[in-house]
Amino acid sequence: MRKKLPGLCTISLLPHCTPRRWQGVSTGSNSMLIPFSMKNCFQLLYILKVPTAGLKNTAKGGLILQSTSNNIYQNLAVEDWIHDHMNLEGKPILFLWRNSPTVVIGRHQNPWQECNINLMRERGIKLARRRSGGGTVYHDMGNINLTFFTTKTKYNRMENLKLVIRALKAVQPQLDVQATDRFDLLLEGQFKISGTASKIGRTAAYHHCTLLCNTDWISLSSVLKSPYQGIKSNATPSVPSLVKNLLENDDTLTCEVLMESIAAEYAAYHQTDSNIILINPTDETVFPGINKQAEELQTWEWIYGKTPKFSVNTSLNLLSEHSYSEMKIHVDVKNGRVEDCNIDAPDHWLPQEMLDKLRTRFVGSKFCQCEATVLINALLRTYPKDHELYSKWHLLCEKVKTIM
Amino acid sequence: MAAARVLRGWSRSTRHLSCVHHIQMCSRGHVVKPKYTCLFGYSSFKFSHPHRLLRTSSTVNGQILQFKLSDIGEGITEVTVKEWYVKEGDTVSQFDSICEVQSDKASVTITSRYDGIIRKLYYDVDEIALVGKPLIDIETEALKDSEEDVVETPAVFHDEHTHQEIKGHKTLATPAVRRLAMENNIKLSEVVGTGKDSRILKEDILNYLAKQTGAILPPSPKSEIIPPLLKSETTQSIPVPVLKPKVFTGKDRTEPITGFEKAMVKTMTMAMKIPHFGYSDEVDLTQLVKLREELKPIALARGIKLSFMPFFLKAASLGLLQFPILNASVDENCQNITYKASHNIGIAMDTEQGLIVPNVKNVQLCSVFEIAIELNRLQKLGSAKQLRTVDITGGTFTLSNIGSIGGTYAKPVILPPEVAIGALGAIKALPRFNEKGEVIKAQIMNVSWSADHRIIDGATVARFSNVWKSFLENPASMLLELK
Repeated sequence: MRKKLPGLCTISLLPHCTPRRWQGVSTGSNSMLIPFSMKNCFQLLYILKVPTAGLKNTAKGGLILQSTSNNIYQNLAVEDWIHDHMNLEGKPILFLWRNSPTVVIGRHQNPWQECNINLMRERGIKLARRRSGGGTVYHDMGNINLTFFTTKTKYNRMENLKLVIRALKAVQPQLDVQATDRFDLLLEGQFKISGTASKIGRTAAYHHCTLLCNTDWISLSSVLKSPYQGIKSNATPSVPSLVKNLLENDDTLTCEVLMESIAAEYAAYHQTDSNIILINPTDETVFPGINKQAEELQTWEWIYGKTPKFSVNTSLNLLSEHSYSEMKIHVDVKNGRVEDCNIDAPDHWLPQEMLDKLRTRFVGSKFCQCEATVLINALLRTYPKDHELYSKWHLLCEKVKTIM
Repeated sequence: MAAARVLRGWSRSTRHLSCVHHIQMCSRGHVVKPKYTCLFGYSSFKFSHPHRLLRTSSTVNGQILQFKLSDIGEGITEVTVKEWYVKEGDTVSQFDSICEVQSDKASVTITSRYDGIIRKLYYDVDEIALVGKPLIDIETEALKDSEEDVVETPAVFHDEHTHQEIKGHKTLATPAVRRLAMENNIKLSEVVGTGKDSRILKEDILNYLAKQTGAILPPSPKSEIIPPLLKSETTQSIPVPVLKPKVFTGKDRTEPITGFEKAMVKTMTMAMKIPHFGYSDEVDLTQLVKLREELKPIALARGIKLSFMPFFLKAASLGLLQFPILNASVDENCQNITYKASHNIGIAMDTEQGLIVPNVKNVQLCSVFEIAIELNRLQKLGSAKQLRTVDITGGTFTLSNIGSIGGTYAKPVILPPEVAIGALGAIKALPRFNEKGEVIKAQIMNVSWSADHRIIDGATVARFSNVWKSFLENPASMLLELK
């Protein structure tokens, strides 16, 4: 059922490969200026050697691709690449992928509001921001991701979800699964097993959704709970829902079984070859320029820096050997960097000039624990003498870091 | 005069205009020809280069078009504007991304339908935009409509920068492309356009420049040249190579200093107050290299990667026991010295974000293996950007292994409130003489110490360095210090 045919994959891209920023080549001219993506399509032509029978098979309805990688950034880069570079006219694509434990936030969301960043760091759970809108989801190998690529005109989320329901029912006819008007899939009317998000471009669009087969829901619930207080922002909030694994309902609903069923249903619906083509998201010959896109998705500027403006207004308690007091802190963050910061410590607890120094240090730096640590340390070097002052200062800095 | 007609055309623009007669003299004292130099708000130019003219005509004659938010599908009537990629005054090309809007879990990228300049944004971030209503105002070149206005002006000039009727076509190009052509003195009519409708693209200009050979230099009037070269007719005239014009589109970039760099600025500014002196030496590590090779697999079996650093740190700690002043700290006015009891030796670590110096606590109590464990842990945390404050504060002495990247001698800067620091160069195989006078292969590493000369003198550092060196050149001697 499954063939690893990278060659087949590329030839089907070819005749319709039209880059998005196509400025039009004057056909009569001899010196043609060929934009980057088209050039690579031509290069792919020479790499290929595929029997014409293969070409005819894929020439019809569409393509089903499955990723061999479990790296969220590489898989998100595949989505971007297909969205930017492929002409989906009459050739919709289904992309199946799974990831190692990751939290994925929507394009316009605030990671501090959505998840427990510290806990994720401790457990080695990655954080990624996707380009489509919507809410936060937790991925692991028990969760299938499906992406439906179509042209902008053929974009229809409900149709895609109905396809998924049919596929599920093909494996387990008694399954009580419905789509809601928020494009979620509910099991038994109350448990969410799938969430949706999409991205619409100039000519192409994609709709992706998750499918919970066998996710570690304990990890899911602990990591998707934000411990940060006092955040005020206009970022898209997530709507928390009760979730359940399909596997709990029925032993036969494993990831592999479901992926095959969905692929078969897709092939039948679009009248296409039901062979699932395995793709390697790091292969530059098939996806030229994709590694750079994957790298961009991993930068701090993308993951944290793209957070819409927000402010943090909270009070922290300062428990030291001698006293207990409270400190109010207010931070304005824009593009992930501290725009303004105000610390209100109790009178005479620390000299005002020290607080002012801390404030000026923070303004302009990233709202990030690691950077705060380094900045605070550089500041601490200037006040090593008085032990009591030093320990108070130390305590203050540690507390300030907990909000990041 | 035609020039006057043009000037009147300019007065339509809002820019302030003043005209100055400027007569150029050539070397022979004849008036070549009068040239009008006109001053606009910021730049002056001569008539022979009517680029500015082009600009004004485009802004005066360009149409302002309202770009409405097109239908997104699925019956959506309103969306939230989430991010703008352009601002008022920016130049955009067709298909450039303008903004990102969100509706009901769908994130939509809106692209421009026209080339032109953004004149107005109708919404702020987080406002609701309505489908079918204007999103932005964009000023296009309106090439099709204003033919008459445009043709009038070029009749004056022999140069063909403006929209000219060339073979019945207009030269189409975006403002950015025109500016590039103008900066390089290229006539748009001579460039072959390969874009849509024979539009001239940036690549066309660059290709044209690449083909140019010497046509750039303006031909000087023959009457001016007194060629001394021609007198010696016997010598062959070698063609003088002419530099092709290099098109450099790079720009300076200024950005504020933040984060790790800012921390470094603060620390090093403070370090400036300390009068440093340096002392360097060379250490023969042949025996240590051999020893480490033997110990590496044992350490690996216990799950630890053994580098040279644990040995360097332990030897330094043993040296500090004999010279505690190097592990001290002075107060601001240099009135008191505090001799620190713990040897918290810091190691300079180069991470992606910059320089960070975590320290190993209480090296005087640790065995070489325990130091190796702690170094492994700090390295892992450092690369994962998870070093805690306690890891990077409280240091009393620092070693910087710059030799892992390269180098021999260095001039390290002391990290206040410490008073000494050492920089280790790379270990190189070099020929040296042994006791018998024979030349042998030795593994040599250079060390450069810096110390605070207010409280430490050269002799102290020299003796400390000798002690450190002897432990490393003779690793077996460290056995005597085992507790």
